[in-house]
Amino acid sequence: MSLLTITDPVLLGFAEEVGTAGDVAVEGGRTRWSFGGEASPTARLVAAPTGVVSYQPDEMTVQVRAGTTVADLHAELAKHGQRTALPERGGTVGGALAVGENAAESLGRGPIRNALLQVRYVSAEGELVTGGGPTVKNVTGYNLPKLLVGSLGTLGLMAEVILRTNPTPHTSRWLKAEGVDPFAIYNDLLRPGAIMWDGTTTWVLLEGHGVDVDAEQQLLAPHASFAEVDGPPDLPAHRWSLTPKDLRGANAEVHGSFVATIGTGLLFSTEPAPAQEVAANIVEVSERAKRFFDPTGRLNPGRNPLKARV
Amino acid sequence: MGVFDRVMNAVQSRNPGADIDPLVADLAASLSADRVRTDGASRSLLSHDASVFDGGVAGPVCYPETTAEVQAIMSVAEAHGASVVPRGAGTGLAGGAIPLGKPIVVAVTKMNKVLEIDLDNRVAWVEPGVINLNLTKQLAPLGYHFAPDPSSQQVCTIGGNVANNSGGPHCLAYGVTDAHVVAVEVVVPSGDVLMLGGLEAEPLGYDLRGAFVGSEGTLGIATKVAVRLTKNPPAVRTLLLSFSSVADAANTVSGIIADGMVPAALEVMDQRITQAVENYVHAGYPTDAAAVLLAEVEGLPGGVALDAERIGEIGRANGATEVRAAESDEERALLWKGRKTAFGAIAQVKPDYYLHDTVVPRSKLAEVLEQVYAIADTYDLIVMNVFHAGDGNLHPLLVFDAREDGVLERVHQAGEEIIRASVEAGGVLSGEHGIGVEKQKYMDAMFTDADMEHQNRLRKSFDPACRANPGKVLPSGHSCADIQALRKVPTGVWG
Ligand SMILES: Cc1cc2nc3c(=O)[nH]c(=O)nc-3n(C[C@H](O)[C@H](O)[C@H](O)COP(=O)(O)OP(=O)(O)OC[C@H]3O[C@@H](n4cnc5c(N)ncnc54)[C@H](O)[C@@H]3O)c2cc1C
Repeated sequence: MSLLTITDPVLLGFAEEVGTAGDVAVEGGRTRWSFGGEASPTARLVAAPTGVVSYQPDEMTVQVRAGTTVADLHAELAKHGQRTALPERGGTVGGALAVGENAAESLGRGPIRNALLQVRYVSAEGELVTGGGPTVKNVTGYNLPKLLVGSLGTLGLMAEVILRTNPTPHTSRWLKAEGVDPFAIYNDLLRPGAIMWDGTTTWVLLEGHGVDVDAEQQLLAPHASFAEVDGPPDLPAHRWSLTPKDLRGANAEVHGSFVATIGTGLLFSTEPAPAQEVAANIVEVSERAKRFFDPTGRLNPGRNPLKARV
Repeated sequence: MGVFDRVMNAVQSRNPGADIDPLVADLAASLSADRVRTDGASRSLLSHDASVFDGGVAGPVCYPETTAEVQAIMSVAEAHGASVVPRGAGTGLAGGAIPLGKPIVVAVTKMNKVLEIDLDNRVAWVEPGVINLNLTKQLAPLGYHFAPDPSSQQVCTIGGNVANNSGGPHCLAYGVTDAHVVAVEVVVPSGDVLMLGGLEAEPLGYDLRGAFVGSEGTLGIATKVAVRLTKNPPAVRTLLLSFSSVADAANTVSGIIADGMVPAALEVMDQRITQAVENYVHAGYPTDAAAVLLAEVEGLPGGVALDAERIGEIGRANGATEVRAAESDEERALLWKGRKTAFGAIAQVKPDYYLHDTVVPRSKLAEVLEQVYAIADTYDLIVMNVFHAGDGNLHPLLVFDAREDGVLERVHQAGEEIIRASVEAGGVLSGEHGIGVEKQKYMDAMFTDADMEHQNRLRKSFDPACRANPGKVLPSGHSCADIQALRKVPTGVWG
């Protein structure tokens, strides 16, 4: 038997459950169930296996099955003062990766696509396939993990992943002030964890060594008097994917009530985002990929990552 | 280069006008005659990169200046059933840019403009031929830099960095090239111009940008790149720690990471390379230490001081014999100059070297290094180690004199054992140089046939006809690798 043969009965069981024929849809926490289209009613529902398989804080990597909730994973990592870029808002690891949405604090945590080092997924043929590798640095072969993040389970069903972990900063402090220019603040700070703005109020997350957080708070003083708060504002339901610069034009007329995350371009709004245009030649490559990976269209039928965000 | 090719080249360079190849004529009509070279000297020069590998001989060499010209080259290639090899500065170490068969070489070095620096979006739009360090120099007055800093940054191109997903000493904290590429304009073999990714927060659809970065020129030619700008930190501290064993240095690195710190850089050099470097640049490296660790922390002054202190403590707890902080910018620059010119320093020891590139879990650094020294001993070779220790990225450097009988065989055998030892320790084949033609034959140490077939699906989604840099990355047996039959066994050695 080759070293590469996957022997974990849990993964093999999942592959068997997915099988080689018939439509299947993978169910995570259903927190983003309608994203990219409703699952076809003909699809058999399967759920990815759960559990943290191995966690090596010294390597800053964790091997976890895709059905594990992000909350459970992060609770385990917190014991060693670590976290990942995955958003904490309910749902599973596999679901978060398949949807591919960043955490609202992605300035500090990094985008979710940087978190996935290795992925094991069940292919349309019912086989377990490995993409990427276990180490924090790796350029061996084509980057299947990147292709899988945000793919909505249309190319393969994630069974187990190895994620990059990051040290949780020593100090995290949320501050809030009225009537300041959030863009000027973004320029003044070195590496803020997040800057959010609703058109009048600005929230700033400072992270790092206590001394640095204190120093950056001092730096903010000339802008306005900032008050310490527990956390970010409530985020409206709809995500608008804009450029960082576009956020300068955020306004109630267009975006209703909104919270813009400065520096990233992501805006949360009470209004649904307009449909995004995708170039025809991007659609062509994407559809070709889908045909190669899933010729019969049995994986998560009804979902299409090219469909607008809700 | 075979004898036949040599003769053909000689004939050609004497009679450039005699070339009436219709492919060349079509290319010349699409660009301009002076930017399509067919002379033997150009073709022979572009038949190699910085690796030891020999492929075929370059076909016509094209120097496009615009995306439209790259498109035109692709159309001509398609019409003639020719393949294309994208090429930047040719500093690749895995043979990614060498021609297999007789492809059209598309050298993007004339596409070398920084098109726009967009501070509102914190990106720069650059052409692929922009030299890595030139971009950072241009950004310096604005207080920003391009974070990936390969040791070859004075010459290598951003297009090459994107294609190889290159790293560098400072990628430990900031991430390799992939983390700094926001969007890429690519001409795919069909001639279509695709914009992959985008400046918006979450571009819709599959992450084709992510799939392209690191694809070693096999998905198409990057013609424009939006790279992320990183703010220059106000405080930087560079420490030099000396050790009486390589294991102590390696354990210090694991200790630092385990302590929850991610310094900007953690680079280790063993005694042999340190001595060579010191002779070469006189940077003030201790030549009596068995290993040195170059550690850099950056950020805000308070945290930098704390981290620097903690690194010193961890070093001493692991047996550091000296912990020294660079006192001035000049001293710091000199230490980095030493590290970055390490490969140049080798020439004093032996005329030739072969640089390996594998990754192991950081906790296995000491153990695998010991194996590396033992393997070199077995094959009666000198090995030097200078590497990106912080992310477990080993760079064993086998130095030798190619004139010695049978030495090449030993070099290749030792290399293979080093690669296998790394993978067995839970590592991977390459951390930053890529697979190219160098490591195709080891791909099955990490991937099953099904895994590789899936990688091939990704490849074919961009290039169904296998005309972009065929014969690279995936081993033979997978489509697009078939051209390998044209390849000769590597003979030359990069000196
Ligand atoms: C002394 C020395 C030190 C080095 N140090 C490092 C280091 O610290 N870290 C590191 O990661 N690497 C290092 N390298 C390797 C090399 O410099 C990098 O891989 C570099 O990014 C290659 O850039 P290049 O412009 O030379 O590309 P080339 O060698 O010309 O090409 C490399 C690959 O990219 C493809 N390619 C080039 N341009 C394009 C394009 N526009 N579109 C699509 N594909 C393209 C080619 O087909 C080829 O497969 C070093 C090399 C040397 C010689």
